[in-house]
Amino acid sequence: MAVNRMFRTCPASGLVFHEPAENLMKANAVAAAVSLLVGGILAIGVTLTRWQAVHMLPPDSFYLFLTAHGLNMLVFWIIFFEMAILYFTSSTLLKCRLAAPGIGWVAFWMMVVGALMNNYAVFRGDSSVMFTAYAPMGAHPTFYLGLILFAVGALISCFVFFATLVVAKSEKTYNGSVPLVTFGAITAAIIAVFTIASGAIILVPTFLWSVGFIDHIDSLVYRTVFWAFGHSSQQINVSAHVAVWYAIAAIVFGAKPLSEKVSRTAFFLYICFLQLASAHHLLADPGLTSNWKIFNTSYAMYLAVLASMVHGLTVPGSIEVAQRQKGYTNGLFEWLRKAPWGNPAFSGMFLSLIGFGFLGGISGVMMGTEQLNLLIHNTLYVPGHFHATVVVGTTLAFMSLTYFLIPVLFRRQMMFAGMAPWQPYVFGLGMMGVSLFLMGAGTLGVPRRHWDIAFAGNPLPYEFPGSAWLMMALAGISSIFAFVGGAMYLAITVGSVFFGKKIETPGFKEISAQQGMVGRPQPAAAPADTTVIAGHQGGVGAGGMCMVAPGTFVLAIVFLVSFVLYYFINWKYLSTVWPLR
Amino acid sequence: MSAILPPPERVWWKQPLDRVEGLWIGIALVWCLIMFFMMPYWHVYGKQNLANEAWRTTPEAYMKKAEEVVAKYKVREETDQKIPVVHPPAGSDVYLVARLWSWWPILELEAGKSYRIHLMSMDWLHGFSLQPENINVEVHPGYDHVMTVTPTRAGSYSIICNEYCGINHHTMASRLYVK
Ligand code: HEM
Ligand SMILES: [Cu+2]
Ligand SMILES: [Cu+2]
Repeated sequence: MAVNRMFRTCPASGLVFHEPAENLMKANAVAAAVSLLVGGILAIGVTLTRWQAVHMLPPDSFYLFLTAHGLNMLVFWIIFFEMAILYFTSSTLLKCRLAAPGIGWVAFWMMVVGALMNNYAVFRGDSSVMFTAYAPMGAHPTFYLGLILFAVGALISCFVFFATLVVAKSEKTYNGSVPLVTFGAITAAIIAVFTIASGAIILVPTFLWSVGFIDHIDSLVYRTVFWAFGHSSQQINVSAHVAVWYAIAAIVFGAKPLSEKVSRTAFFLYICFLQLASAHHLLADPGLTSNWKIFNTSYAMYLAVLASMVHGLTVPGSIEVAQRQKGYTNGLFEWLRKAPWGNPAFSGMFLSLIGFGFLGGISGVMMGTEQLNLLIHNTLYVPGHFHATVVVGTTLAFMSLTYFLIPVLFRRQMMFAGMAPWQPYVFGLGMMGVSLFLMGAGTLGVPRRHWDIAFAGNPLPYEFPGSAWLMMALAGISSIFAFVGGAMYLAITVGSVFFGKKIETPGFKEISAQQGMVGRPQPAAAPADTTVIAGHQGGVGAGGMCMVAPGTFVLAIVFLVSFVLYYFINWKYLSTVWPLR
Repeated sequence: MSAILPPPERVWWKQPLDRVEGLWIGIALVWCLIMFFMMPYWHVYGKQNLANEAWRTTPEAYMKKAEEVVAKYKVREETDQKIPVVHPPAGSDVYLVARLWSWWPILELEAGKSYRIHLMSMDWLHGFSLQPENINVEVHPGYDHVMTVTPTRAGSYSIICNEYCGINHHTMASRLYVK
């Protein structure tokens, strides 16, 4: 079979697309958007039910919607999009042909069938078990089978990604090391392999149990292995969206990493330490010792936290350096004030960074502390936290990347171009509100996954304080902004991709590149290009201290102060709770 | 030139660190260590630590012990379902049963006294959530979890379930009295 070596160069961005890789990226991105649409519609039912004044759905539909919302969002939307990112960072960024596109398509269709099958199981009505599906609560066999198919498909895509790296290396399509963004994607893919293996270890026996071949699944074993899967998959998201942050900083500002060494080491820390942090889901469980819990959350997790704190500095830091070189050198923050706030690719990425760090990061570390976890375990604080990480962080980062991809990958002009600059603000700020108010409600003890905190008709009801009800209402109102923002996003992307004006390039043709090589390799970067961290000239001297990115450093200190305060406030709160040993 | 291109310098790992990065890494590392030490510190000096004591057992064996305690220390019944209220002596073992979809029995404790409270589920996972105190613990089937609890303030507290346990999850609410 002849290898397809057709490439095109994007006139606007100079990126090089391999034809089969391009088609796979489009297919995965479209499947992702469809999942986001389904999950978003379900979110309306979930939120408007939890907002007690509206209380839209009856309990069975509420639990069904919530199960389907979690799966379509967390699993299908995010992972389909990540597959597109893997193809982009391997084939496109390395200017390399995609290895085995046929297998890529097999993987894609397995994922589609798996997602459909899983949704079928949930919408049958007998599998409202939430995405966690904790045994011994059981779902229909197709629920597990669908997830297994989907996961295997994703695993195969990861191998197509790795194979493409090998091809790129052997066909010498790039010089030296892979770009940082690709390195981030490699991190994500390595974690994905571990994740999916854990998923198989738990989902396969659970599937066999659901059809009657195995007669017992231990609930603690299930939770332990499930979170090796469930938590690690969040680390795929973090690695992927951090890679997207770097990519957008590079695309919008031409920013280069402050130092490759630091950023790559930080990604490497993710590979080493993230999986073990899954223990923080088990802090309130019996049968595991404190030593095990502390070791696995702190030794392991805090080095990953360190890595995120590093990325949180280096991404805006690299933007600051790039901006200062363009002449925005006044004061600490001119570089930020003069940033392109009207470009949705930038504004979305920046809101994603801020929301992920301040809301998601701080709350995550608080919850992940062995004793503090007692205060919020299984309350709405948890969904509040992860809507900051996986929605404001990951989802918004992916959304901003699509604004870049519409003209470049899909070659369409953006529809509703006047609306696009607003979308990240409406969605991002709405979602930050949702996260914050859910966390507020959780701090007041409101449980997650709960149809009726009024306990109507219950002989022994608990009366939540009025402030808890207020929090739920505020979360409901913020979520309306988030829905509008989500609808704007889908209108813009789906509209542009299917109905947008085609971007025609005169004389456009795909060229066949021999040996998969596009153009000749540049001679190893000339010394002229190695101004290294040229920022040293651009830095401002503050009390004899010269820094390349003083504004970012100040932001980082603000972050640290909020972090420290919030962390100790929670210890203070814990100390007032009943003694327990 | 940028993060989407290969690093211009082939030996990028020898580039010097910038001060802003070095300083931040140092600060962040110290903070991570402080957070690490807080947990062991609290085990020694703090008063709120989740017990490590747990025993494997069966629902039948657990239920039997719970029934014995109810038979011995029942003081009254509440609601139409006649849920027993037990008032055990300080320091004793008290069994709380979680099942679809109720908590059984209702406990009545005394402020300032300690009790060994056992928690276990008869069927699926449940979540012990004591409100408004806000103590939240996962309840597993087959694992008898023993926590020594010392209520500090008198009052009427609620126990609600906060681990999703099926269609009537939201009806699973009970009381805990502190005299
Ligand atoms: C308009 C946007 C969204 C709104 C208003 C929203 C709202 C909510 C609310 C209120 C809950 C908690 C309900 C409960 O525990 O009772 C929830 C759960 C959840 N959401 Fe969202 N969400 C949105 C988007 C997303 C996105 C984009 C993702 C993932 C990328 C996501 C992932 C989840 C997950 C995993 C759960 C947990 C389900 C469970 O507990 O099993 N959501 N959502
Ligand atoms: Cu329950
Ligand atoms: Cu429940």
